[in-house]
Amino acid sequence: MTVQTPPRARRRRSGRFAPYVYLAPAMTLFALFLALPIGYALYLSFRTVKVSGLGLGKGARTEVWAGFDNYARSLTDPDFIDSVIRVALYGLVLVPVMLGLALLFALLLDSKRTRGRGFSRVSIFLPYAVPAVIASLLWGFLYLPRVSPFYYVFDKIGWDAPDILSSQWVLFAIANIGLWGGVGFNMIVIYTALKAIPSELYEAARLDGATEVQIAWRIKIPVVTPSLILTFLFSMIATLQVFAEPMTLRPLTNTISSTWSPLMKVYRDAFTRDDIYSAAATSVIIALATFALSFGFLRLVQRRAFSQENS
Amino acid sequence: MTATLAPTKPPTVVRTTTGATGPSNKRSTLSTVVLLVGAAYCLLPVAWVLVASTKSAGELFTTFTFTPSTHLWDNVQDLSAYRGGLFWRWMANTALYAGVGALLSVIVSAMAGFGLAKFSFAGKKAIFNVILAGVLVPGVVLAIPQYLLLAQVGLTNTYWSVLLPSIISPYGIYLARIYAAASVPDDVLEAARTDGAGEARIFARIAVPMMVPGLVTVFLFQFVAIWNNYMLPYIMLGNDRLFPITVGLSGLLNQGASQPAMYTAVITGALLSIIPLIALFLLLQRYWQVDLAAGAVKA
Repeated sequence: MTVQTPPRARRRRSGRFAPYVYLAPAMTLFALFLALPIGYALYLSFRTVKVSGLGLGKGARTEVWAGFDNYARSLTDPDFIDSVIRVALYGLVLVPVMLGLALLFALLLDSKRTRGRGFSRVSIFLPYAVPAVIASLLWGFLYLPRVSPFYYVFDKIGWDAPDILSSQWVLFAIANIGLWGGVGFNMIVIYTALKAIPSELYEAARLDGATEVQIAWRIKIPVVTPSLILTFLFSMIATLQVFAEPMTLRPLTNTISSTWSPLMKVYRDAFTRDDIYSAAATSVIIALATFALSFGFLRLVQRRAFSQENS
Repeated sequence: MTATLAPTKPPTVVRTTTGATGPSNKRSTLSTVVLLVGAAYCLLPVAWVLVASTKSAGELFTTFTFTPSTHLWDNVQDLSAYRGGLFWRWMANTALYAGVGALLSVIVSAMAGFGLAKFSFAGKKAIFNVILAGVLVPGVVLAIPQYLLLAQVGLTNTYWSVLLPSIISPYGIYLARIYAAASVPDDVLEAARTDGAGEARIFARIAVPMMVPGLVTVFLFQFVAIWNNYMLPYIMLGNDRLFPITVGLSGLLNQGASQPAMYTAVITGALLSIIPLIALFLLLQRYWQVDLAAGAVKA
């Protein structure tokens, strides 16, 4: 009895504190680089600078509470509204096409009747290794009529090619870069889920004479639905945050304004106009919209996406 | 689940439509072709940059896109000579930000994930929910308040300003928790504790080795996330000797608008910068088993 007491006591003591020790670095960093910035952005979004007199000299510019003024200004700013509409359109073009193709490619990879699967899988996934800035650089050059092979081909046939960087098409030009960078990753996510399906599940259907398309539609797609939901969610969040692609393409065309996407407007307000208050308010609006969309969407599909974890 | 979702036709109907013909070769050709078209689309810009980087500045806009030339080595030398090897400094900076950042992130995530998966303690559920909410926080929205806060402690325009915010990864913690729950058996931990092993030893010698495959995935995720994050370094850094490759190259492209000779440097730089990452990807391919819905699929 007396021999056993010390280790048990030590175990209980270390057991009580151990989880907090494990979590301490993560929670500290979380507090400093996530919670604190969010709190600070909230604080700034309700502040503004009051200029007295000519705004010269010490004390002429004082920070005061602004209530919801910054929010009101952001929400009624035509630049902001335009950027939101643009990004919504961009998402409507990009996300369904990207996930549709990702699902199609994943199903084809999973089908034994397809040849060259290893090569295709690696090739389609490869763009994920290329950062958005470099991807935009590469595609940006491919969009230039003097460099692009597409224009060369169109020219040889004698057709007039549309200028992909014109204001009418530039949204598709940017969406194509997003598609190129994202389709492979989403394909791998769905493919991983497909491989987890026990093969007995569709061997029986195959013996009954079900076609590959029927098996895909009735067995495989329902099983990978949770993955599809999550890829959809992550794609939506990424769409709202589009920044690197339009910023990189800007030097190549004059059709991308400095407020093309909501985040570009935040950047312009904060650093070109030195109005961190309205930039903060706009960031908060974007974050709230992201949350609202994510949670709204998850609520809609909750039952099927997440079963309660027990561990 | 599948049965309720998919109204099934009578099997006899199905059998009559395909049973006679058997597996058709047409479909296999079609699916192969579709997949190869997808592969070609994804390889096109990579193939282009390979060819374009062999062209001189004059040839870039005059010869056919996919006609290679012989100036690759000249281009690499020109780029290396640009402002005393600034390009290679950008490459080294990128390796530092993404490599060291991802490594630290893995350590922090592994500890937190293990703590969350293998202990029950007060506030566990709250902490996990906060971290889950963190996954959904649009990371780039944080960049401006992070900049202002770091400016107040004089850390902007330093390596720290990019490195520190990159270490915390709620998604990495979420993944590490799943891997810890799935790969570290409770009775092994219990046995180690009965033998009197300390927590640090249990974590380093027992838990981490069991979690390694999952942790490699967390590393890759965070590596790509840091290397992809353009806005953070773009905002934090003013000194171009601290730039990662992405910010550096987009700056060069900006200059190209006024001096087109810069375009060759940009293209060669783009090629050189994606080679190491593509190599890393091909080497670590088997770790890309991305099961986003891992928690849900298991149940």
